[in-house]
Amino acid sequence: MGDFRRLYRHHKLPTIWCPGCGHGIVLGAVLRAVDEAGLDQDKTCVVSGIGCASRAPGYIDFDTLHTTHGRALAFATGLKLAKPELKVIVVTGDGDCAAIGGNHLIHAARRNIELTTVVFNNNVYGMTSGQYSPMTPAGKLASTAPYGNLERSFDLCELVRAAGGTYVARSTAYHARLLKDLIVRGLTHKGFAFIEALTQCPTYYGRRNRLGAAPDMLAWFKENSVTIQAADKLPPEQLAGKMTLGELHSSEAPEYTEEYAKLTARIRGDV
Amino acid sequence: MTVRLMQGNEACAEGAIAAGMRFFAGYPITPSTEIAEALAERLPQVGGKFIQMEDEIASMAAIIGASLAGVKSMTATSGPGFSLKQENLGFASFCEVPCVVVNVQRAGPSTGLPTSPAQGDVMQARWGTHGDHPIIALCPWSVREAFDLTVESFNLSEALRIPVILLTDEVVGHMRERVELPPAGELTLIDRKRPDGPRESYVPFRAGSDGVPLMADFGAGYRYHVTGLTHDEHGFPVSAGPVAGALLERLHAKLERRRDDLDRVATLEMEDAEFAVFAYGGAARSAAAAVRLARAEGLRAGLFRPQVIWPFPDRSVSRLAGKVRGVLTVEMNLGQLHAEVQRVVCGRVPVVHFGRVDGELPSPRDILAALKEVARSG
Repeated sequence: MGDFRRLYRHHKLPTIWCPGCGHGIVLGAVLRAVDEAGLDQDKTCVVSGIGCASRAPGYIDFDTLHTTHGRALAFATGLKLAKPELKVIVVTGDGDCAAIGGNHLIHAARRNIELTTVVFNNNVYGMTSGQYSPMTPAGKLASTAPYGNLERSFDLCELVRAAGGTYVARSTAYHARLLKDLIVRGLTHKGFAFIEALTQCPTYYGRRNRLGAAPDMLAWFKENSVTIQAADKLPPEQLAGKMTLGELHSSEAPEYTEEYAKLTARIRGDV
Repeated sequence: MTVRLMQGNEACAEGAIAAGMRFFAGYPITPSTEIAEALAERLPQVGGKFIQMEDEIASMAAIIGASLAGVKSMTATSGPGFSLKQENLGFASFCEVPCVVVNVQRAGPSTGLPTSPAQGDVMQARWGTHGDHPIIALCPWSVREAFDLTVESFNLSEALRIPVILLTDEVVGHMRERVELPPAGELTLIDRKRPDGPRESYVPFRAGSDGVPLMADFGAGYRYHVTGLTHDEHGFPVSAGPVAGALLERLHAKLERRRDDLDRVATLEMEDAEFAVFAYGGAARSAAAAVRLARAEGLRAGLFRPQVIWPFPDRSVSRLAGKVRGVLTVEMNLGQLHAEVQRVVCGRVPVVHFGRVDGELPSPRDILAALKEVARSG
């Protein structure tokens, strides 16, 4: 372990992110986790799609791949399967992974391929100035939902778990230390690891919905969430409307690239 | 020398293995599926990887990811799937990631006639993805050539860091012929040039004299950035301006520099021909038969068959215009390369099109009749 700040591409800072955006906190948690997990910087690749969150790889010092909208997991699957010794981290946003990339998300989870996926969920399409996403709660306002969003939002963690993901966790930009711990566990997990990181977008989502400035939105995360350990002890009426944070699911299942290696060994007569 | 009865799609799969392809991602689609089936069996035998992805878009994405890891990669599809791959194909072209995309053409548009041949994706192969971009497309006409041009697709893609489309069709893909495959040791294989210097001096998108930058494998310690945004020599996003223009100009120049070498045309009976049949891929087989029929009737015809259609063989077609009295273009489309031939011939001799778009291969008799028309008016 060293100073996680060595992992930034300092000459590329500052980021393009707006003042008050939570993405910097989430990216910081990712780098702290990489550092704590002791990953080899030269053997770690970070892949993203399109959107605010997907600009993150440009700022960090690994082999980094900024792909097309929604497809980060599909690119990452090819990279990981071609060279399983690489550690592959996927950073994506809620529009990128829950809407246009939803199919890749469920199939990466189903394969249980070892990719650590961190979703920066700010409930909105920020890069295109505030349209509603599959993670925008019903009734909330967005530039394409000027009368309130009619659609129901996903519970992404439930989705990934149902699809076969073997590590599923959630935290927020407020709970940055917990977030880092969950990413560390995701990075050391054998299989598809999924971490949802709620992050504030004061510029579009917050302003349009009158949620206040960044500190107010962070305080909202604090007040409207409960850890899974605490949730176990609380009566249902006190849990209503609260997000559950922490390690929501962890299980063991055959990992795809390991299974592929076994198959190769079997048919080549190596075993 | 191995002699086998083999299908075009199978020969393509074997050619890919022979070329050193060790990663294939695909999705089932007629009439290309045999390529995926053959490689699902063959790749693990040679230590390679096969994966059936959740869709066509994902399989195009996966081969780009694998190629960045340093592994020669391929996917195969047909019309509807080729449409879906276009965005990521543009990514590969813009980010200079070598890969081979096989399109076994079937009759379209849309779902069309899935089991019938066509050559309706010729312009899509050139301009299917958005933006000005370099691309290479090869058209085999036989089972053996499906093998050879698959190998060549990898060589060109690796040498130039440009995605190569092997644009075959249902006729070539499903036809069976007796083929002699060359021994592995006799093939010339090209690998991308990789950096071997220190990380500090590696500039990932700075080109050498051939216009092609050195390509580091992900995981090799160079730690560089690849983005589909317009980027500078270091790989990082830049706004529009001189850097953006210079990048696009370099991407085109690296292909333009090889233009003469890529002007590859096979001919039959062209030495003393007065009339040429311009045809490629499956349609060229009927065209060759038509040329023989014409010769038997005393009509001095020849076959002019480009093996590389993109970049278009301007030089050879221009020479052809100075040599013959007329050209008949035969395609299983409504005139996609016909217009290119017209552009280059530029009115010097008549250029007439004979196309079929009903899912049938044009017959030699019909081509002969069209050729006689050209001869009468020429």
